[in-house]
Amino acid sequence: MNLSGLREQANNAWKAVNEPSRPQVLVGQATCGEASGAGEVNHSILETLKRLGIEADVHSVGCIGACYCEPLVDIVKPGAPRICYHSMTPALVSELLEDYLVKDNPRPDLALGVWGESRFGIPALFELPMFKPQMRIALRNAGVIDPENMMHYIARGGYTGLERALKMAPEAVIAEIEKSGLRGRGGAGFSTGLKWKLCRQAKGSPKYIICNADEGDPGAFMDRDLLESDPHAVLEGILTGAHAMGAAEGIIYIRAEYPLAIKRLVKAISQMRDIGLLGKNILGSGFDFDLRIVMGAGAFVCGEETAMMNSIMGRRGTPRPRPPFPAESGLWGKPTSINNVETWACVSAIMEKGADWFSSFGTEKSKGTKTFSLAGKINRTGLIEVPMGITLQEIIFGIGGGIPGGKSLKAVQTGGPSGGCIPASMLSLPVDYEALTKAGSYIGSGGMIVLDEDNCMVETARYFLSFTTSESCGKCVPCRLGTRQLLTILTDITQGKGKPQDIPAILGLGKSMRQGSLCGLGQGAPNPAMTTIAYFREEYDEHINSHVCRAGECRALISYTIIAERCKGCAICLRACPSAAITGEKGKPHVIDISKCSQCGNCLDVCPKKFNAVVKVPAAGPAAVPAAKG
Amino acid sequence: MAQTVKFTIDGKQVTSTEGTTVLEAALSAGIFIPNLCFHPDLEPYGGCRMCIVEIQGMRGMPTSCTIKVAEGMIVKTFGPEIDKTRRDALQLLLANHPTDCLACVKNQRCELQKVAAYMGVTERTMQRTARPQAVDESNPFFKLDRNYCILCARCTRTCNEITCVNAIDLVSRGDETRVSLFQDQQFMESICRSCGECVARCPVGALVSKNTVIPSSEVLTTCCYCAVGCSMYLGVRDGKIVSVRGNSEGKSNKGKLCVKGRFGIAEFVTHPDRLTSPLVKGENGQVQASWDDALQIVADRFKTYSPDEIAVVASARTTNEDVYAVQKLARAVLGTNNVDNCARL
Ligand SMILES: Cc1cc2nc3c(=O)[nH]c(=O)nc-3n(C[C@H](O)[C@H](O)[C@H](O)COP(=O)(O)O)c2cc1C
Ligand code: SF4
Ligand code: SF4
Ligand code: FES
Repeated sequence: MNLSGLREQANNAWKAVNEPSRPQVLVGQATCGEASGAGEVNHSILETLKRLGIEADVHSVGCIGACYCEPLVDIVKPGAPRICYHSMTPALVSELLEDYLVKDNPRPDLALGVWGESRFGIPALFELPMFKPQMRIALRNAGVIDPENMMHYIARGGYTGLERALKMAPEAVIAEIEKSGLRGRGGAGFSTGLKWKLCRQAKGSPKYIICNADEGDPGAFMDRDLLESDPHAVLEGILTGAHAMGAAEGIIYIRAEYPLAIKRLVKAISQMRDIGLLGKNILGSGFDFDLRIVMGAGAFVCGEETAMMNSIMGRRGTPRPRPPFPAESGLWGKPTSINNVETWACVSAIMEKGADWFSSFGTEKSKGTKTFSLAGKINRTGLIEVPMGITLQEIIFGIGGGIPGGKSLKAVQTGGPSGGCIPASMLSLPVDYEALTKAGSYIGSGGMIVLDEDNCMVETARYFLSFTTSESCGKCVPCRLGTRQLLTILTDITQGKGKPQDIPAILGLGKSMRQGSLCGLGQGAPNPAMTTIAYFREEYDEHINSHVCRAGECRALISYTIIAERCKGCAICLRACPSAAITGEKGKPHVIDISKCSQCGNCLDVCPKKFNAVVKVPAAGPAAVPAAKG
Repeated sequence: MAQTVKFTIDGKQVTSTEGTTVLEAALSAGIFIPNLCFHPDLEPYGGCRMCIVEIQGMRGMPTSCTIKVAEGMIVKTFGPEIDKTRRDALQLLLANHPTDCLACVKNQRCELQKVAAYMGVTERTMQRTARPQAVDESNPFFKLDRNYCILCARCTRTCNEITCVNAIDLVSRGDETRVSLFQDQQFMESICRSCGECVARCPVGALVSKNTVIPSSEVLTTCCYCAVGCSMYLGVRDGKIVSVRGNSEGKSNKGKLCVKGRFGIAEFVTHPDRLTSPLVKGENGQVQASWDDALQIVADRFKTYSPDEIAVVASARTTNEDVYAVQKLARAVLGTNNVDNCARL
């Protein structure tokens, strides 16, 4: 059997969406869309269509990455291109449907862009600053197709890569992947082709392959979005890898906190089984393979490959020393290969379009594209995919639209809790494996958190250390106790209890943790502290020597006062203060008793803008203690 | 036969066999590498990071307890970088460990103390991070004081790999990790069989016998509790048995003991209820007699029965050799096949 029989059916299904005979409405319903109300919007669409008596098809699609302006709704009217509308609400979408479908007004004011060329005064979607610099390979179908409709995936070229691979010798498939220059997207950036070759050559049977969908970095959501938006792109990659490595069974390890991704994977796997893409003798090639899902309980360390294998085997999720590497001795002591979700999605694209096509993107040593989740102090938060080698400047100010509120950029945190903070002065840095590592950070799995002038760098380091301290598996000493030690020191500094010798202590211990820890968690845990010391030493010195937090983020180092001349005595702040620290007669200037103040900042938030009487002063209140001697 | 492997440690030629770890090979070649979580009876773990070394051609600092020797391998066990990394790990442990060694029953027998002494550590350099931890004193023979625990997992691996009881394991994460029983039960509520194998392998004062007395000398003997014949050292002090230790050379037990052997011997040997001479039942009740008299009475009575009327039941506390002799007596001397063993205690 082959898939050519299905392709015509698939093309028709896809054509019915893009060149429809009746209106098509597509709602972005990945978790990000759902969280911003896409469910209610979808409901409103159905109600409105019923009310207006319009026959139309409503689809759920994944996420196109513009998380900042969700919910997104696309409308395709017969004879018109697909138009993407943003920031929908139940009321707005109802108005839009009536205007566009009944009164033929495409409402350019509500639109984000047109798929294809500009029309009706609405700009071309992919010419917008957010999309133009992007190159979507792993995310090729994300937000485009209905992830639960396999026909959409097939119509867009899905499973042609697999058909091609199955006609090739396994070694030739591996050579193709090696030639593409693809490196693991899960963090370490190891050559995928080489990893496969080692597993192929390893003695032992059966062989296993694992898809790492654990994604535990704070602020990262690339893999979740990809699985929710286009599960077959990943599954096709896994199947290709199974053929190349001679694996009999595949396991997708995904955290239970990703229910929508799991639901869509389960559905996609059963669709594959229905058409003979799983099980015995796949597509008549004589190759047998099956897949199952294992749900993780949400431990960050279970993203580490050896911990993950322990977890799959029902053991405590802790890493073990390598060697032996999984390719020699992995699951149940058998050769095993682990790849990240995005890596697998790149594999299916490479087999479809060729290694040369893939390696035409990127830099000399980092080929192809990489997805990033943009979060923090940035105008356009979302999920993006860019060619390797693009600069941070282009990502943050081009795609991300810069920093909100006219604030200035301070740093970009990449690589998750094992990554580091790259200062604004290094924005021209190209984003590839080597350059970021040289800067003391990592590409990691692709989290990118933007920090502005209101972010304290010591506090940022402390935050990441609090994460690694509680996520350390506890097995090895440098990580289990080193993270706690670093966290204790950093907490002291943010509370104004730092000592000058804390800096060399952090740097010294950090180096020992890098060298001495068993796995990447402990090895990378000191990075947030070490890079912020390298690039923002002056902030540490200010905290330690002068008890000043210039960003005004460290509570113990700030206080609030009311400027008497501006205060109108409205008592709004008095009522908002949880510590009863504010006193004053109605109509007369109020005062804050700093001995009672808990530095929560409510007074600043509630003081009417026109008065602007409360100010935050970066001076030590009573909470700060004198510098310790020594 | 395992293949011989030649390699160098700190410039010294070492010969070992395939499958041996670098740490074991070094230790048997008389080269000490600090170690805490390693135990010869257990699978490699790699948790304490004391045994880090540098190996030419390998990245970073691998743990010698987890790396197998290979022909031509070049190992370096010390140097400023290794020393600093090891020392920091040790300081982290010390910052999280009680400070009063004199108050600890493991004083001078503690492996953490030994490693610190070997590395010349005389003071603590890091901020104290120790927090109070629960102590489990429910077991009559031993206690677990988690304040002393260094989480080497020797005990939990013992319970898993050696006794296969799986009563204890590590639970929770980060520095909240602790040795625990199912659902944080106490030892006595759990499936623990009190064998004390974990106690025997704890390198520090965390899992310790409740009445620890250091013996003045040790006597090699065989446990008389059952017929397995576990080889053991009884520690003696002031003419009394004060400690029991499994003999790792013991053919049938390879160092292991059960609750009876490990914790029952000292009390039972000197217990006042114990019979130390034969008692003969007569008109005046049971009267002490000499062995010669007692055996004579038994022999005389046997003569009044035909062989098939006699049955011999051997005690389960006898050794295999004794049981063999008993059935020989029954069959060859008494002429009966009615031989049995109570086979339980
Ligand atoms: C603490 C830790 C957490 C990790 N978490 C993830 C993760 O969530 N997803 C992932 O793909 N890789 C993660 N990795 C990397 C994996 O160990 C492994 O290198 C990766 O899955 C290999 O796939 P790749 O070659 O396709 O990148 C983690 C590594 C460490 C040390
Ligand atoms: S580095 Fe941390 S997470 Fe990794 S094995 Fe050690 S304790 Fe566990
Ligand atoms: S109780 Fe002893 S043997 Fe068990 S983990 Fe703690 S220190 Fe190691
Ligand atoms: S002895 Fe090797 S890591 Fe503990």
